[in-house]
Amino acid sequence: MGMSEIFFTNARLIDPVTLTDAPGWLRVAKGKIVDSGDGKAPETKGEVVDCGGLCLAPGIVDIGVKVSEPGERHKESFRSAGKAAAAGGVTTIVTRPDTTPAIDSPEILEFVARRAATEAIVNVLPMAALTKGRAGREMTEIGFLQDAGAVAFTDCDRVVADTKVYARALTYARSLGALVIGHVQEPILSEGAAATKGKFASLRGLPDVSPMAERMGLDRDISLLEMTGARYHADQITTARALPALERAKRNGLDITAGVGVHHLTLNEFDVADYRTFFKLKPPLRAESDRIAVIEAVESGLIDIICSMHTPQDEESKRLPFEEAASGAVGLQTLLPAALRLYHAEQIDLPKLFRAMSLNPARRLGLPSGRLMADCPADLVLFDPDAPFVLNRDDLLSKSKNTPFDGARMQGKVIGTWVGGKRVFGGA
Amino acid sequence: MMKHLRSIDELGHDGLVRLLDLTHHMVEVNRRPVPKVPALRGRTVVSLFFEDSTRTRLSFETAAKRLSADTMTFSVSTSSVNKGESLRDTVETISDMGIDAFVVRHKSTGIPWQISEWTNASVVNAGDGWHQHPTQALVDCFTVREALGKERFDGLTLTIVGDIMHSRVARSNIAAFNMLGARVVLVAPPTLLPPDVSHWPVEVSYRLDDVLERTDILYMLRLQSERMSQGHVPNLREYAETYGLDSVRAAKLPPHAVLMHPGPMNRGVEIDGTIADDINRSVIQTQVEMGVAVRMAAMDLLARNLKERRAAAKNERGAWA
Repeated sequence: MGMSEIFFTNARLIDPVTLTDAPGWLRVAKGKIVDSGDGKAPETKGEVVDCGGLCLAPGIVDIGVKVSEPGERHKESFRSAGKAAAAGGVTTIVTRPDTTPAIDSPEILEFVARRAATEAIVNVLPMAALTKGRAGREMTEIGFLQDAGAVAFTDCDRVVADTKVYARALTYARSLGALVIGHVQEPILSEGAAATKGKFASLRGLPDVSPMAERMGLDRDISLLEMTGARYHADQITTARALPALERAKRNGLDITAGVGVHHLTLNEFDVADYRTFFKLKPPLRAESDRIAVIEAVESGLIDIICSMHTPQDEESKRLPFEEAASGAVGLQTLLPAALRLYHAEQIDLPKLFRAMSLNPARRLGLPSGRLMADCPADLVLFDPDAPFVLNRDDLLSKSKNTPFDGARMQGKVIGTWVGGKRVFGGA
Repeated sequence: MMKHLRSIDELGHDGLVRLLDLTHHMVEVNRRPVPKVPALRGRTVVSLFFEDSTRTRLSFETAAKRLSADTMTFSVSTSSVNKGESLRDTVETISDMGIDAFVVRHKSTGIPWQISEWTNASVVNAGDGWHQHPTQALVDCFTVREALGKERFDGLTLTIVGDIMHSRVARSNIAAFNMLGARVVLVAPPTLLPPDVSHWPVEVSYRLDDVLERTDILYMLRLQSERMSQGHVPNLREYAETYGLDSVRAAKLPPHAVLMHPGPMNRGVEIDGTIADDINRSVIQTQVEMGVAVRMAAMDLLARNLKERRAAAKNERGAWA
C-alpha cells in the first residue's frame, strides 16, 4: 500500500522552503515525493486523493515529546503517542529522555527503539540524556548513544548546574557533531516556582520566578557555546528579555537554534485563573507582552522551532495543590489547531508556521523530511485550517488527557496524515 | 447568592457590608447568658485544618457551636498528610457523609477553590497559603468600625507594615479596606513586598517614619523567623530597628490612631510589648474577641443562602413532578 503511487490533486500546497501557499498538486511514489506543481495535473495511474482545496503541508516534526516508556506506560505508550501524533498531523516525534529510568545508556535506548518500531505508527527518533540519570555529574556515552540512534542529547528540564561538567559535555559532544538541547533557566532562582513573577503571582500569592531567570540561563549557555563551539538548541524561549541575547548569539555565528512550546504562544499567566493545574507548565506561562514578543520572534525566524512539549500526566499528579501539582501538558494532537490560532489572528502565515513546525526541526536534526520537495519522504498532513470544533479532552488519543484546551473553541482539523506515503490517519 | 466565602473579592462590597452588619447582631448574641441560636441546627460543619492554627480553628468551632451546628474537626499536621490525593479523598469522603460546609486552612494557595470543585458543600477559606484569609479581614474591618465608630472608612489611611509578600492577611485586608473607602499604604523592605503591586490600589513606602503621622490604622504583621534564613532581611535586630514599632514611633501616630496585629505577636520584633498592651492604642485584644462573632455571621449568611438554594431546588422538583 505504502509503496504505491498517490496523487494529491486540488490541494492548497503549504511550502515552507519557498514560503508559498498556492493551489497545486503533488505526486508520491514508493514512499517519497516525486514532484509537484500548479495548473493542470499530469496523467497518473495511482490512487487519487482529491484534497478539495484544503491544505497539504509537510508533516510536523515535534522535538521534545515525552512518551512515558520506560517507567510510566500508564501515562503514555508508543502506541498511544503514535496515534495521537498521527491524529495531530505530527509525522515524526523526537522523544525526550526524562523517563523512569532516564534514557542514558545504549541498552535503554535500544529498548525504546524496539518499542517505537513495533508500536508507533509515526516516525520516532529518540533523544538521550546528556548526563547519567540526568543528575548533572557525569556525561553519558554520547558516542555509543549516537550509534544506537540518539539524535540529540538533553537533560530536559534539569539544568546542568555544574558548569565544568556542562562545558566538558559540550566540548565532547562537539567532537562527535552531536546536538545538545538545553533548558534555559537559572536553576536556583527558578527553584520551587509555580508562576512567573508579575501581576498574577502577586495577586494569588504563588511562589514565582523572574522571567530574567530564562535570560540568565540563556546567557550562560551562550557563553559556554562561545567557549566550546558545540551545536546547541535552546528548548524553549518564552520571554521578551531573552530574545536580544539569542539574536546576538546568532549574529555572532554560534551554532544555536531555539524553540518554543505552542502553549506559551497561545496562553498567558492569567489563563491559570482559579488554580487550574492543567495550565501549570515549565517554564510557567508568561505575561501577555512576552507571548506577543515570542510570536513575533517565530514570525521573523529568530525562534526557529515550535513544538508541543507533549508531557503526559495522569489525573492524580495534576489534582494536587497548584504548587505541588506536576508540570506539563499533552500537545501532540492539539499542536496544529493551537498553532493555527496564530494564523487566524494574522500573526504568522501558514508557510512560516510550517517552517517552524516541520522544516526547521527536520533541518536541525539533519532529516530529509519537513519539505514538499522531490525525493523527500512523503510525510504529509492534509488539513482544513478553518474547520471549527470545541475540544473535548476525552476525545484525545493520548492516554493522559491533561490539556489546557479542554472546552476551548479551536479551528483546524486534520483530514489525513501520511508517513512515508502510508496513510496513518483519516480516510475510510 | 453567595455559596462560598473564599476571598474578599468574591464577597464583594455589598456582601462585606451585610456581613459586618450581621456581626453586630452576633456580638449581641454572644453577650446573652446562653449565647446560642438555632441558625445552623441540623447542619454539619467540618473544619479541615492542614496547617497549625489555634485561634482561627477554635474561633470557627466556637462560632459553629453557638449557631447550633454539628461540628467535626479534621486536623492534620502538614507532615502526616501532605499529598493532594489524600486531600481530595478526604474531601470527597467527608462530603459524601452529607455535610454542609467545610472550613479550610491549607499552606497552598488556591486550595479552597479546588475543594469547591470536589464537593457540593459550602467552602469557607480559613487561610490559603499567601493568598487570602477573608474572615480575618472581616474581623479587622469590624474591629475598626467599633473602635473608630465609623461604617465607612473614607478618608482613613490603613498602613500595613511587614512581610506583605507572604501574608494572606495583607491581601485580604487590602481588598476589604479598599472596598470600604480607606487608603492603603504598604511599608516593607522590597524583599518582603509582592513582586508586582503596580496595579494594586496601594501606596508603597520603605520608611515607616514617613507615614506614621498620616496613619489612622497601623497594622503590624508577624515576621516569621525563616525569612532571615531565606535572605529576605539580614536579621531581627536590623528589622526591628527599621520596621518595628517602639514607643518613639508610636508617639508619632495621631492621637486617635489604632494599632492592630493578626497574632501571634513577636513582642520586641515587629511590636514593642508595652505598646501592644496599651489599651488606649491597641485593639489587638478586640480583634481576638470579635473573631467568633464575625465567623458566626459568615456561617449564618452561608446557611441562609443554602436554605434559599434548597428551597429553589425543591420548587423546581415540585414543578417537574
